[in-house]
Amino acid sequence: MAPPEAVPQAPEAAASTASPVLEARSVSKRFPGVVALDDVSFSLRAGETHALVGENGAGKSTLIKVLTGVYRPDGGDLRMAGRPVRFARPFEAQQAGISTIYQEVNLVPLMSVARNIFLGREPRNRFGLIDFARMHRETTELLDGFGVRVDPRRPLHTLGIGTQQMVALARAVSVNAQVVIMDEPTSSLEPREVETLFRVIENLRGQGIAVLYVSHRMDELYRICDRVTVLRDGRHIHTGDLADLDRMQLVSMMLGRDMAEVRRSGVTSFAAEGHEAARTPVLTATGLSSRHHLHDVSLSLYAGEVLGLGGLLGSGRSETAKALSGALHLDAGELTVDGTALNRLTPAAAIRAGISLLPEDRKAEGIVPGLSVRENIVLAAMPRLSRAGVVSRAKQDRIVDIFMKRLRIKASSPEQKVGELSGGNQQKVLLARWLCLEPKVLLLDEPTRGIDVGAKAEVQSLIDDLAREGLAVLLISSDIEELIEGADRIVVLRGGAVAGELAGDDVAEDRLLEVLADHAPAPEDKSPAAQEDPR
Amino acid sequence: MNETTPAPAAPAAPAPAVPRTDTPGGKGPRPAAASEPGTRARVAELLQRQGVLAVLLTVVIAASFIYPTFASLDNARGITIQASFLAVVALGMTMVIITGGIDLSVGSVFALGGVLAAWASQYGFLAALLVPLVACGAIGLLNGLLIARGNMAPFIVTLATLLGARGLLLAITDEGATTYLVPKDSAFGELGQGSVWGFGYPILVALVLFGAGGLVLQRTSFGQTLFAVGGSSDAATLMGLPVARTKILVYTLSGLLAGLAGALNAARLSSGVTIVGVGMELDAISAVVIGGTLLIGGAGSISGTLWGVLLLAVIQNLINQIGSLNSSYQSVVSGGFLIVVVVAQRYLARSRRST
Repeated sequence: MAPPEAVPQAPEAAASTASPVLEARSVSKRFPGVVALDDVSFSLRAGETHALVGENGAGKSTLIKVLTGVYRPDGGDLRMAGRPVRFARPFEAQQAGISTIYQEVNLVPLMSVARNIFLGREPRNRFGLIDFARMHRETTELLDGFGVRVDPRRPLHTLGIGTQQMVALARAVSVNAQVVIMDEPTSSLEPREVETLFRVIENLRGQGIAVLYVSHRMDELYRICDRVTVLRDGRHIHTGDLADLDRMQLVSMMLGRDMAEVRRSGVTSFAAEGHEAARTPVLTATGLSSRHHLHDVSLSLYAGEVLGLGGLLGSGRSETAKALSGALHLDAGELTVDGTALNRLTPAAAIRAGISLLPEDRKAEGIVPGLSVRENIVLAAMPRLSRAGVVSRAKQDRIVDIFMKRLRIKASSPEQKVGELSGGNQQKVLLARWLCLEPKVLLLDEPTRGIDVGAKAEVQSLIDDLAREGLAVLLISSDIEELIEGADRIVVLRGGAVAGELAGDDVAEDRLLEVLADHAPAPEDKSPAAQEDPR
Repeated sequence: MNETTPAPAAPAAPAPAVPRTDTPGGKGPRPAAASEPGTRARVAELLQRQGVLAVLLTVVIAASFIYPTFASLDNARGITIQASFLAVVALGMTMVIITGGIDLSVGSVFALGGVLAAWASQYGFLAALLVPLVACGAIGLLNGLLIARGNMAPFIVTLATLLGARGLLLAITDEGATTYLVPKDSAFGELGQGSVWGFGYPILVALVLFGAGGLVLQRTSFGQTLFAVGGSSDAATLMGLPVARTKILVYTLSGLLAGLAGALNAARLSSGVTIVGVGMELDAISAVVIGGTLLIGGAGSISGTLWGVLLLAVIQNLINQIGSLNSSYQSVVSGGFLIVVVVAQRYLARSRRST
């Protein structure tokens, strides 16, 4: 195929004869204070799988929302098969053949699987009423094609998140789409489900359907995508065949950083050497048990170390973190901080004892999107910043200023609403919120999930710094590399119980895999790391 | 589909199916409870859906043994005619609540509908029905437009129209001084007072409307969209469902039904009584919630509401039967039931999730 196009403004310059099914020409979108998309052009050909990559704030989400009719562009136009189109609403984009599956499943939890798939286009009988028998039959057939066996009458919320995502996918491809946009489709999928997804994508490719694939996972991009478009700071940087770019080139384009620098700093941004851990643990947990979730989990955490918590999906990692922060009801177990046992374990008590949890689900459990960056940061520190209920604004501003600089939070001002920030910056705001409490123990549940490469690197080196400064850090990550390179020790969980611990030289990918593999419950339940890794 | 240009590639939305009331049979079959989530969840779901029916039957059977006068056909006629007006109002309320909204204006609209019907009855049967329907439908439409297009909170919007409709009613009746009477022996009066085997026409109207409502809710796209909007408004929008149009329609429907109920009540009373309908919106909400519809939206049923309305009516009737009890206790008992139901819903929802 042709070399990467030097001039991005030539969508059809490539040798391929395929015409673009969907094309954006010089699209711009401005929000108050930010230019989210600046003169971006890009095209999708029939039957290709096209990766859309970029850091947080690069404009990927905005571009997707423009393509799907959620936003209307301020400038430029969209074309389908050469004809200009305008979408006032998502409905119109869908009618035109553009389907989208979102990172967070956007279906109706209380409704049945079949109803969700057919919402808005239910099959009717001759009286004009919904034909449930046909709907259930077609749902079963459709899902069978995805290797998903589920009762179509079952309410969606009773399914696992991965299965829900497959239902969303089934809905998206069953509407006779010409273009399917997938925004981080694998972030909640198990390896087996990822394989199914890839099979579906192959299938779509065979039918001449264009797929726009957004993901932060390099392995996936290289495995499934034909071409790639890179955005950065709202501008189009590059479009070309993925095969012509190696990972370093791609990453450096996304970051706008020098390639040598990226190479030097490694894949993750943790320092190579470990940390000096103290002799006595800051936090000791013994026999944590909670019905259905945890069985006799014990661990200790030392000041100045990063303790990794490894395990497969559903192994009880998040539950352990929640238990340590008082957010999970315990049937048994004891928690000691600095030698003092906590008798009533509630989130408030844990915070007072110096334990802070950065939860996995930013949207649901942490960020208050309608409040400003400043308000979000000082939220938990309010009791400390106030005297007799009056909050000192000067103190607030000082603290907020320090953390915005230190964590390099990109916001137009401390007063910008957090909901308007990119995922990575939201994560940093959350981190700042806990750090200004000056905790002794920091529990990080998937701190880099769903944020872009640049922000990821910053968060990683921040974790490093925090441990170096004497904080005890618990790190949960499904990114094996992040766990191996970030942690000094790793406690591996399985089925809610401790399956093993790795320390020193044992903190290595092969050792971790061994522990995970030894305890793998079923052959098809591969560990995330057992996926092929071409590197 | 009423703003901006639809692109050539974007044909018009499929209109929601027109509810067909001429089809035989009642409600469509509910899909059976999920087979996999386990017995406990199934029992929980069944309880949520039919628990109120069980309570209603228990109360009725127990009362029949204790109070011989309760189990008479006459008493059944009395209870059902009493319940029929609230039932029609609660039908609209059910649909509104399923979308996650609330309609506080129905009590005032009910009264306004009655007065307008009584006034218009001098111009004939059709006028007596059309005038209140048009006026009350317009109030509902206004609610819907403000909520869906103006993006305002249903609570506030319908509180405003509650006040507005009551004020309008007082203006029409010279602050209640003028009472419009339905002409004797008119067809409209017959609609309120006539009966089949002693069961008044309003009961039949309510039953037909409930049958149609069940079909609309379960077997049409419009009905499905109501659930989707209440279950997850964002998801419904992203799925391309006509969220705004559905909301506008459901509030209009609620206004129409409240107006119709008011007209029927006026026909029954032979006059447009201005003081009716005060607090009726709360009775309707109680009946809907007791019937198993979630106040946060996304789940509920028409049949549950019917049982809820009947349960409230039976309780009121029983307290009258007891005689020694002040009728004010009816509210105490209804309130107690409401709390029991809400607690039960929480518990059931939890046991459904944890399996």
